[in-house]
Amino acid sequence: MAGLHRTNGGGRIDRKKRLSFTFDGKSYEGVAGDTLASALLANGVHLVGRSYKYHRPRGILSAGAEEPNALVAVDRGDGRSAPNLRATQVELYDGLVAESQNRWPSLAYDVGAVNGLFSPLLAAGFYYKTFMGPRLLGSNWAWHKIYEPLIRRAAGLGKAPTQPDPDRYANGFAHCDVLVVGAGPAGLAAALAAAESGARVILCDEQAELGGSLLSEWSIEIDGVPAAAWLAEAVRTLAASPRVTLLPRTQAFGYFAQNFVALAERLTDHLAKPEPSAPRERLWQVRAKHVVLATGAIERPVVFPDNDRPGIMLADAARTYVNRYGVRCGSRAVVVAACDSGYATALDLRRAGVDVAMIVDPRPSGGSAVSGAVKAAGIAVETGATVIATRGRQRVSAVQIGRATSGTWVRCDHVLMTGGWTPSVHLFSQSRGKLAWDEAAQAFLPASVAPGQSQRSVGACRGAFGIAAALEDGFAAGGEAVGWAARARDFKVASDVADFSGVLGASNPGAHESKAFVDFQHDVTVRDLKLAAQEGFRSIEHVKRYTTTGMATDQGKTSNLNALAIVADHLGKPVPAVGLTTFRQPYTPVTFGTIAGASRGDLFDPVRRTPCDGWAQAVGAVFEDVGAWKRARHFPEGSEDMHAAVARECRIVRSAVGMFDASTLGKIEVVGPDAAEFLERLYINPFQKLGVGRCRYGVLLNEAGFIIDDGVIGRIAADRFHVTTTTGGAARVLNMMEDYAQTEFPELKVWLTSTTEQWAVIAVQGPKAREVLAPLVEGVDLDATAFPHMSVKAGRICDVDARIFRVSFTGELGFEINVPADYGAAVWEAVWREVQKHGGCAYGTESMHVLRAEKGFIIVGQETDGTVTPDDVGLGWAIGKSKRDFVGLRSLSRPDIVRSGRKQLVGLLTADPKLVLEEGAQVTAEAKPRVGTPALGHVTSAYWSAKLGRSIALALVADGRARIGARLNIPMPSGDVSVDVVAPVFLDPKGERLNG
Amino acid sequence: MLLIHCPYCRMARPESEFRYGGEAHVVRPAEPANVSDADWAAFLYMRANPKGIHAERWRHVHGCGRFFNALRNTVTDQILRTYPAGTPQPALDAHAEDGR
Amino acid sequence: MADRIVGRRSVLDGLVLPARNGIVSVIEATPAARFIYRGDPGLIGDAFGIALPTTPMQARASGARAALWLGPDEWLLLAAASEATTVAAAVAGKPAALVDVGHRQVGLSVSGPRAAALLNAGCPLDLDEAEFPVGMCTRTILAKAEIVLWRTASDAFRMEIARSFAPYVVAFLVEALHGIDR
Repeated sequence: MAGLHRTNGGGRIDRKKRLSFTFDGKSYEGVAGDTLASALLANGVHLVGRSYKYHRPRGILSAGAEEPNALVAVDRGDGRSAPNLRATQVELYDGLVAESQNRWPSLAYDVGAVNGLFSPLLAAGFYYKTFMGPRLLGSNWAWHKIYEPLIRRAAGLGKAPTQPDPDRYANGFAHCDVLVVGAGPAGLAAALAAAESGARVILCDEQAELGGSLLSEWSIEIDGVPAAAWLAEAVRTLAASPRVTLLPRTQAFGYFAQNFVALAERLTDHLAKPEPSAPRERLWQVRAKHVVLATGAIERPVVFPDNDRPGIMLADAARTYVNRYGVRCGSRAVVVAACDSGYATALDLRRAGVDVAMIVDPRPSGGSAVSGAVKAAGIAVETGATVIATRGRQRVSAVQIGRATSGTWVRCDHVLMTGGWTPSVHLFSQSRGKLAWDEAAQAFLPASVAPGQSQRSVGACRGAFGIAAALEDGFAAGGEAVGWAARARDFKVASDVADFSGVLGASNPGAHESKAFVDFQHDVTVRDLKLAAQEGFRSIEHVKRYTTTGMATDQGKTSNLNALAIVADHLGKPVPAVGLTTFRQPYTPVTFGTIAGASRGDLFDPVRRTPCDGWAQAVGAVFEDVGAWKRARHFPEGSEDMHAAVARECRIVRSAVGMFDASTLGKIEVVGPDAAEFLERLYINPFQKLGVGRCRYGVLLNEAGFIIDDGVIGRIAADRFHVTTTTGGAARVLNMMEDYAQTEFPELKVWLTSTTEQWAVIAVQGPKAREVLAPLVEGVDLDATAFPHMSVKAGRICDVDARIFRVSFTGELGFEINVPADYGAAVWEAVWREVQKHGGCAYGTESMHVLRAEKGFIIVGQETDGTVTPDDVGLGWAIGKSKRDFVGLRSLSRPDIVRSGRKQLVGLLTADPKLVLEEGAQVTAEAKPRVGTPALGHVTSAYWSAKLGRSIALALVADGRARIGARLNIPMPSGDVSVDVVAPVFLDPKGERLNG
Repeated sequence: MLLIHCPYCRMARPESEFRYGGEAHVVRPAEPANVSDADWAAFLYMRANPKGIHAERWRHVHGCGRFFNALRNTVTDQILRTYPAGTPQPALDAHAEDGR
Repeated sequence: MADRIVGRRSVLDGLVLPARNGIVSVIEATPAARFIYRGDPGLIGDAFGIALPTTPMQARASGARAALWLGPDEWLLLAAASEATTVAAAVAGKPAALVDVGHRQVGLSVSGPRAAALLNAGCPLDLDEAEFPVGMCTRTILAKAEIVLWRTASDAFRMEIARSFAPYVVAFLVEALHGIDR
């Protein structure tokens, strides 16, 4: 028998399938169907953790997702380590390795338990009160240097793994007519009703098996058959429906607007040897036409002193352990039942051979329905009394039963408590539905569904307790969700518990409040809550933050309502007047892997590569990221560093020829009878009179008059323009053009199509550019007069249709060859062969930057920052002087734009020609300005110019053009640098080279 | 993730296909040259930012590509109505916020 | 257009496309002539051989030719690669826009009983056949890429992807296939 405390038969386990596992290094045996918690209990292990603040020994409290104490780490090795798992939800597999948390050096002898001695210091608000001084060493020095690190180490709710997560995580978008959350009786009935109509149904439940509370029923009959048989038939029916998706091991953890629900499905955590490539978990993003919430209810602990000793657990959990897992949690029990369901538990335990010493019922008149059966079984019942003290160091050994502060001690080895049931309204609350206090149920229940959500709560989560009520409620709602007006079904349930009411708050106010725990996971006691109220906290939201009640990873599933009742009682207000804290996603913790899905590593974001990229990679180019693109930054030869490679590339372009991959430039085909008029309205330049086959350098402003993009625009035909944009601006400019075309100028017949990816663009630049292209090009006269600077021709290169631009961003004679992208690689290679014949090279973006800076060509985003006008960077000439309007024109006459003192683009030459300035450095009039002196401007670009044999820089400087010839300063940490202000063109100001 | 009804696709589509476009019905003056500095500044920068119903522009950028307008309640984040660009802001009936 | 001095290289060359026997397969769609037509759908008349669908999200196909509604004034026209010039000539001279996008994007055919499930790993649309019937097409998203999705048969889709996003989409589908049940 796997475990001394296992029953001989019954339950949903397979006693023949033995599974071995270790907990804190010690080996145990469990059976198939166990959870880690049930297997530990079967082996008599109750002590499973230490509490957060006081390091008190803690045992297993529950049998489900609400577990606050039994948090463990499961380690499969190789970085497959998950902390903070609830042992009650960890399915056992052969070889499972689990460790307890929050203890050192071991669970039984924990050094941190000394915190318990200082518990008066650790009361509500202890962080705020204790750790703010001493202030001698500056504000909060002690907090940052001593207390906070100490608390973090001591707190240790699990350790995050340090290795990368080797698992993969799947994602699925799903749609359905009805999503049913929870596969207990209410959820099953809802799914059955909805499935009958042929609707698309998804039924999810966090447990390994569908059935919810039915999995733990021993004696109940539904429609004349045992609950287990009814359940099996229901699941068979649903599984056979082709439009029904059953998702066990799937937690609905977030409910968002418009019936959008997030589910986390555990795929492999329960397997001893998962297939290595199989995903561990899957995130389901479900959009449901209707949602049926059948999330059940959570049993409340009874608040009495020292109610946290291992062996003190929820009554229904013990019933689940004995009925479902065949595990007796002990041999002699005391049941503290403030709810009739506790009596049923006592009977089930007695049947399983547990000695039930006594039922203690804090209610003055005790339980009603089943008290006769209990008495017949010979179980003593003490009504109007409660537990006033408990004993036992690492396991409860006795409880003192009484009515005030004295009473009799009763020996026992486990205590089963039930304070009643709290409907699980978490998901309903997440959906922004409104809750209302129900006096009869003593609970907050769903009152009104939020707008935009189509949803029903059914069964215990809306206060319809008992299996018959849940089945009928669920069936009606499932039918309603698919449009059946009123198709009720009567379920006949034998031996159902009818009354699920209980008590709220402390069962015996006054006794040892400092050790009567309310929030087990965060160690919040009755005294903490009362102290908060005494200190003036009135709103439950403030009490929560001050005491941290309900703020642990369990979000107070077992504690919120007790805490609320205690605060309300102390304030002398009714519970609803104190309010309820908001429930947040996720219902239970969700792994980061599940949320990230495929978006990690290479798939974190798309990486865009050009058609010519393969060649660049093959020759060892160094790449840089430009938006999502990878661009070759430089092409080092031998042992060259970037500086040497760029210097060589620039020299060769100026002296011979270089080729450059410009494919990432944004390209937009602007077509239509009004294309020229449209571009006139968008760009600062005139376009109406631009001849077919000619190009213009276009500058694009926003309405505020600031430069946002630029690029060469070629007229391909009277009604067709080839517009280029910056690499980073491609999508933005197309969006802006669409906006104006659709909403501001809808009368214009013009249409836009992105052609960025249609063309591979190969720039050939340098005095030998023409010689390089001549043997490859067909049907285009490359002669300077036939094909002047700033023109475009259709032709063929390497027998491929091409658009050839005569343009230059280097100041040299240059062409940009556009070929259909799939030919880009081959044409690049053909051009490369020619380039080599002329001693040329390939150059990257870094050299491109240097070459254009030598010519004073701006880069949008480098010389501009969204506050720069055309005139500021010397582009006033490009504005069409006769134009009445274009985007941004009106702003160019605004007072701030026409004032004197604006920053203008200038060149800077350092007194020391070897010194390259830092981009972003401030420019000042004085060498050592006083602190607070405004800067005149800043360096926008700075490079080493191999051609000029010195450094060059561009800068935006206040009244810069008037300062040409002056000497200014760049204060740097290493000392002041003096610079001469010059015109922002360092090479060939007349443009003789590019017109060659 | 919201569902947004695209008035051109005539279908509710997931929010991730859309891009927000700022306040709707901010009309570019036909003759900007005749607009005072103050009015032009207002056109550029002054926006309503209401608590409640807000007429705003969206673009079904990863769908049909069209710009359109939506009435959204900025308190509840509910989109109550969408309508084509260039059409006037529709009146909302009393039940518009009850759901759909 | 027969022999080029240089050859055409698809961005998909060398990529292993995801496939699992009897479940789902992804193959490169035949290289095609592709155009974006924008403007009045009536202007094109029967010059293309298929009247442009004006119902949102509808595709019409006949032989190798297809016209896909992308927006109220935007269609994707597909034809055999050899027909590129014919199509261009048919629209020439009309006050509308015809732009060659034959190399801008690549096509993938995704087919098999789990094709929709594979796509739904990254596509947020409802791909149930009742909601996304055969003949429906739309621009949408797949994970972090924009795609055009067209259902060509009950268990088959054609996807059009911008060239530089294709390796990402393929890698995403390879990854997503691990999450598809056998």
